[in-house]
Amino acid sequence: MSLLHVEHYSKRFYIDHLQREIAVFADLHFTLEAGQFLLVSGPNGMGKSTLLRCLYRTYRPAAGRAWYASRRGPIDLARAADVDMALLRREELGFVTQFLRPRPRVSARELVAEPLLAAGCPWSEALPRAEAMLATFGLKPALWSAYPATFSGGEQQRVNLARALVHPCRLLLLDEPTASLDAAARASLTERLAQLKAQGVAMIGVFHYPQEVRPLLDGEIKLAGTADPAQMEVEHVVE
Amino acid sequence: MTAISNHRFVPNDPPRLVATPPLLRAQGLVKHYGRITAVQDVSLEVYPGEVLGVVGESGSGKSSVLRLLNLEEPADAGTYTLELPGWQGQNLLRLERFQQREVQILHIGIVYQNPHLGLRMRYTSSGNVAERLLITGERRYSTLRAAARASLATSEFPLDRMDDPPRILSGGMQQRVQLARAIALRPRLLLLDEPTTGLDVSVQAMVLDTLKRLQRELHLAIVIVSHDLGVIRTLADRVIVMRHGRVVETGLTDQVLEDPQDAYTQQLVHAKL
Amino acid sequence: MSHSTLAALATPRADYSYAFLDAFARRELRRRTLKAIAIPGYQVPYASRELPIARGWGTGGLQVSLALVGPQSVVKVIDQGADDSVNAANLRRFITRMSGAATTTDALQATILQSRHRIPEEILREYQTLVLQVPDPEPLRAVQSDSSRAHQMHADADYGQMWLVLYEQLVRYRQYLQGASYPSLVNGRYVISPSPIPRWDTPKLHQAAHLTLLAAGREKRLYAVPPYTDVYPLEFTDVPFQVEDQRDWRCRHTGVQHKFMNELPLADGSAGYELSDSGYQQKITAGTAPGATYYDDQGNFYHDGYLKPPVRPE
Repeated sequence: MSLLHVEHYSKRFYIDHLQREIAVFADLHFTLEAGQFLLVSGPNGMGKSTLLRCLYRTYRPAAGRAWYASRRGPIDLARAADVDMALLRREELGFVTQFLRPRPRVSARELVAEPLLAAGCPWSEALPRAEAMLATFGLKPALWSAYPATFSGGEQQRVNLARALVHPCRLLLLDEPTASLDAAARASLTERLAQLKAQGVAMIGVFHYPQEVRPLLDGEIKLAGTADPAQMEVEHVVE
Repeated sequence: MTAISNHRFVPNDPPRLVATPPLLRAQGLVKHYGRITAVQDVSLEVYPGEVLGVVGESGSGKSSVLRLLNLEEPADAGTYTLELPGWQGQNLLRLERFQQREVQILHIGIVYQNPHLGLRMRYTSSGNVAERLLITGERRYSTLRAAARASLATSEFPLDRMDDPPRILSGGMQQRVQLARAIALRPRLLLLDEPTTGLDVSVQAMVLDTLKRLQRELHLAIVIVSHDLGVIRTLADRVIVMRHGRVVETGLTDQVLEDPQDAYTQQLVHAKL
Repeated sequence: MSHSTLAALATPRADYSYAFLDAFARRELRRRTLKAIAIPGYQVPYASRELPIARGWGTGGLQVSLALVGPQSVVKVIDQGADDSVNAANLRRFITRMSGAATTTDALQATILQSRHRIPEEILREYQTLVLQVPDPEPLRAVQSDSSRAHQMHADADYGQMWLVLYEQLVRYRQYLQGASYPSLVNGRYVISPSPIPRWDTPKLHQAAHLTLLAAGREKRLYAVPPYTDVYPLEFTDVPFQVEDQRDWRCRHTGVQHKFMNELPLADGSAGYELSDSGYQQKITAGTAPGATYYDDQGNFYHDGYLKPPVRPE
């Protein structure tokens, strides 16, 4: 069984006060194996991020199935109970966005350690791992104890990546993680993603400039608008 | 016209991966106050170590639900069970008063928005915490002091003020005393009724951090009632949205806040500044 | 004009029921008393009758005494230990006039001892009944002003708040502050307010040979400590309850020590002391050997180990 097998996946938003429905994508199919990296591509507004969020269940898909082979057994991400999704998010699913959600009076170090603590890792172990991850993404050690709410966009994004990637997951969803990063930080990200891929982590990502991750890619999900599902292509380029 | 009935999204399956049963299971809760129906057919479940948020506008019945869960008031209908040794499968709403009291004291902690409801303002802060142990029969003064100190430290209350009465403490400190009192007997379930409403933003953030850390360290199941969606986003894993005493939507916190399905939830989320 | 005397104008005694109370009232009081004895420490409500003294002046104790008294009874009435105070004398005279009972000041001769605020120094015996006048029977009054909630707390044996008060005293003053009516647990079940007797007298209720009845006339409740019943003052296991420390006090009339004393201001500004129990003092002055006392001449309580050495908490 594949790590993730998506079929007939669709998303529509219904906006009550407008009394209208907005279709984003429909009838999407693809398959992902452990250690594979798929790029989601398509023009702006075609629902690239929406697809990632529908898999992570920040958005509820309108139809379809997403069979995921979790360590605890196969499960359909489209229908999984909320508590099961919460469990998967703690243990197996990762999501990297372009935005950090800093909380007042929580240091960069603590923010990064949090996913480890949530997974039951003791503080004594979580702390060095969090610091190592901050170092990987080039955040100056002087800032590790500072509150990220006051950081620049680039610094916040380094914390964000460290937080998202500190805890090993099996399926990683990346939503434009390179936005507001300089070249050096983008390079460390690519390096880290390559490492994860080598460890067998499967990834689906939306990238503004996909060139940097191109060598890691195993295929591409092309979104081209939804009014007519036939217009949409999903292509696997297994090289 | 609720969106849920129209099936604009795929309905959920029952839990398959989570192996443990829910700690708290409430079904069909109903509460009337005279002619007013405060709670109508509310069902919810909370798993060990999970935070459930209850949101809704004033008068939506969210605090009434919390009072029922704290066995403070009799319910007019419904079942309520907690997965606790000796109490499994028993509808707590139908227990004798003294049995309800035992469950409430040993296994449920509560923090109210109004500290006057949860604290004896003229007694010492440490005494407020120690009282929980006194109720269960602890009769060693030195043990009481140590336990009060430990609980207050856990809720990050400054220990040099442990013998000050809550009435001379700031709002944030009062909430920490309430919290220390609530966790003094290491309950499995913690109920929070607008715990940070009315506090300064920075104080609110610190109290929320304490709550988050406690939840992680003590593996508590928490039900938090708040109309502040920011608080809910920070703490809750899942959310139920209430209106007019009913549950109109339930889901993962980020999903309810970012892809609300119900018409009312959409209004609520979009009304946030 | 005829020469009317006050006695001629007053209604002849024979027009009253025996011992003043009508039979119905006496029967009710006796039933309530039996119930109180059956449930040690439980406050039994009763219909407090009008008496020719005002509420708050011992009417609870008086009604119980009148319900118990018979022609063979020997009655002693004391007020703060004294037989000769106006109030005690009035009550004593009323009881004997209405019942024909004999009176005494000897604690061991009396079959009924009505008392305000004291238990005599000599150990009472099985044939004796001590009736204590109670101003406020509810030990929870200070912590719970709602009496229906207080009922519920007694029903649940929910005394956490009583203990909390003691905790607060230790935190703030490093000792128990409550002087008189020190809250005590009767028979392991009900907490009572043992009338405003000094702490010195509280241990005397424990495993006592005599029956103690406590009655509040204004508050209309009565309760009992039956003979040979456990009574323990509320105390933390590591901070024991203490009675008043009067080790160095000596009675200026008799030279006696280690009994409960009244403190008297002297003209030179210093303080003198005298025995609070006037009947006991009378015996010593008269050279009559008094009976065994609850505290011996070294101040040791007669139940070994009941009172523990003092501890100052941190």
